[in-house]
Amino acid sequence: MKKRRLATLWLDGCSGCHMSLLDTDERLLDLAAQVDMVFSPLADIKEFPEQVDVVCIEGAVSSAEDEARLHRARRHSKLLIAMGDCAVTGNIPAMRNVHGADAMLRSVYLEREPLQAQIPGTNLPPLRDKSLPLHHFVHVDLFIPGCPPAADTLFTALNGLLTGTADLRLDTRFGA
Amino acid sequence: MSQITIEPVSRIEGHAAIRLFLDDTGQVRDARFQVTQVRGFEQFVVGRPFSEMPSLTARICGICPVSHELASAKACDQLLAVAIPPTATKLRCLLNLAQLVQSHALSFFYLSGPDLLLGMDHPPETRNFFGLAAADPQFARDGIRIRQFGQQAIERLAGRRIHPSWVVPGGVNSPLTAANREAILADLPSIKTLVSAHLDRFKQTLDGHAEAIGVFANFPSMFLGLVNEEGTLEHYQGRLRFIDAGGAPVGTDLDPSDYQQVIGEAVEPWTYLKFPYYRPLGYPEGMYRVGPLARLNLAARCGTELADRELALFRELATGPVLSMFHAHYARLIETLYAVERIEELLADPQILDQRIRAEAGVNSLEGIGVTEAPRGTLMHHYRVNEDGLIQWINLIIATGHNNLAMQRGILQAARHFLTGTTLREGLLNRIEAVIRTFDPCLSCSTHAVGSMPMIVELIGPDGAILDHLRR
Ligand code: SF4
Repeated sequence: MKKRRLATLWLDGCSGCHMSLLDTDERLLDLAAQVDMVFSPLADIKEFPEQVDVVCIEGAVSSAEDEARLHRARRHSKLLIAMGDCAVTGNIPAMRNVHGADAMLRSVYLEREPLQAQIPGTNLPPLRDKSLPLHHFVHVDLFIPGCPPAADTLFTALNGLLTGTADLRLDTRFGA
Repeated sequence: MSQITIEPVSRIEGHAAIRLFLDDTGQVRDARFQVTQVRGFEQFVVGRPFSEMPSLTARICGICPVSHELASAKACDQLLAVAIPPTATKLRCLLNLAQLVQSHALSFFYLSGPDLLLGMDHPPETRNFFGLAAADPQFARDGIRIRQFGQQAIERLAGRRIHPSWVVPGGVNSPLTAANREAILADLPSIKTLVSAHLDRFKQTLDGHAEAIGVFANFPSMFLGLVNEEGTLEHYQGRLRFIDAGGAPVGTDLDPSDYQQVIGEAVEPWTYLKFPYYRPLGYPEGMYRVGPLARLNLAARCGTELADRELALFRELATGPVLSMFHAHYARLIETLYAVERIEELLADPQILDQRIRAEAGVNSLEGIGVTEAPRGTLMHHYRVNEDGLIQWINLIIATGHNNLAMQRGILQAARHFLTGTTLREGLLNRIEAVIRTFDPCLSCSTHAVGSMPMIVELIGPDGAILDHLRR
């Protein structure tokens, strides 16, 4: 059987969800041996590849750049997983939504009176006014909540999906 | 102006872009390491109760949440104006050391291991931890085991591996159980052996890395870190010390609460990460480095048997402080050994099981500053609250920020060395990224960066013609 292709993508999150994936310890190696790990912050491929079977996405969407990356991942992946609370609800990055991006930038870069006080913006992807969860932009097949989700939860889901022993989509939907 | 971009930088904790600017002769004139996203913790925590801060700020970073919890809790201890129970201090130290082990293992085995073992010119498709596991399964499994030891120790102390809510203002919220103490102790001997073995193995490979050692951010700079009263290696408390490139103390050791006297911050338009600098020297001359290399350069000794023996050998690398960032890998392994030994000492202390682990108090002071040594270097949390304990203002300076000026310099040095001429090779670009990885920058902490663009590197001549390009 052709190996399944797994990708993981990091948008605006703290990396804790990826660390929880690493907390599967040796099981991750066993899993990686059965699948092709085609894209991940842990690897050196810079462009999200085509024909991905499963993509796990950590983090909220906080910039136009995040949004473009999310859409590309959706286009090229059969199954898209929102991994962790930031991807599922916006969580921590969305805490700034009450005030908006401008107020946040002014507070961080102007009001503390650093040297050369200014709001950075040269060659930087502009921030969206609000950080939003993945399902605001694309169809999400599976939500795995938790901050971060437990390593066992992530492993059970991935192992089930990648070895074809489970279709977890039937069991979860947002808000359920 | 010609420009080369490497985006996103992979296998660091987060993503970022590197831009290289060429002059008319094709030489690298300037290098920039850009952090391209910001979350704004400083702003959105305003108005929240201070007691939430350890758990909230843990979410700055999933790799070193414990560092943020500890720096935060220390700032909160000052708001309570209490001395926390001695056992609480020891338990917090234990937690910090466990984290040092897991984080250093991640940096060395998972992130830099592929460069070190497979080589910088290895095809990028498999130049990662999984490729490494295929080539040298034992190395990968040892790395997993060492990281797992640290994460399990955190879980045994604090209830969970990532973002535990155990560290609280005034101490910690539950004592260590005898069973968990035994469980950690039972793992220690085998972990100590593993770490020693990998340290030996790494030392034997040093000759093969001579070129990298020569140009990986190898330049004189000041170093900053905490030192305790005995001048030994310290990660949780003590005073702030700067040393110069010759190893001499710069100014007197400072109470961490006085950090603003000597540390200022500057903003550049092209990155969200600020640039802390040593005020007396101004910006950008006041560049300094923090982290494992800085700590080993600062400390009189480690204070544990095996690590002190290793430190003596490490010191033979240079007459003064060790200046090449390549040796941060080496320093990380020595610190890991130290942490394992120190965990053993702390667990042997009968007081470690004491039930008095938290001081209860209300707000007794309106300002608090907590400073610890995170795995990547000095971490500062500074809070102001109102009488009700609601946050009014905070400032955070994280390790990657302290290193920001030095990282720019380091990339420039490596780029000048590796990128002369008009042809690009993939392995050369990876070398420049590898310089960044020696700093082990936590871009999660520094609000992290992403880049959706495929990596296209263009080398553009002064007339605007594309001389070469590379894509992956
Ligand atoms: S859900 Fe929690 S652990 Fe995951 S990225 Fe967000 S803050 Fe970090």
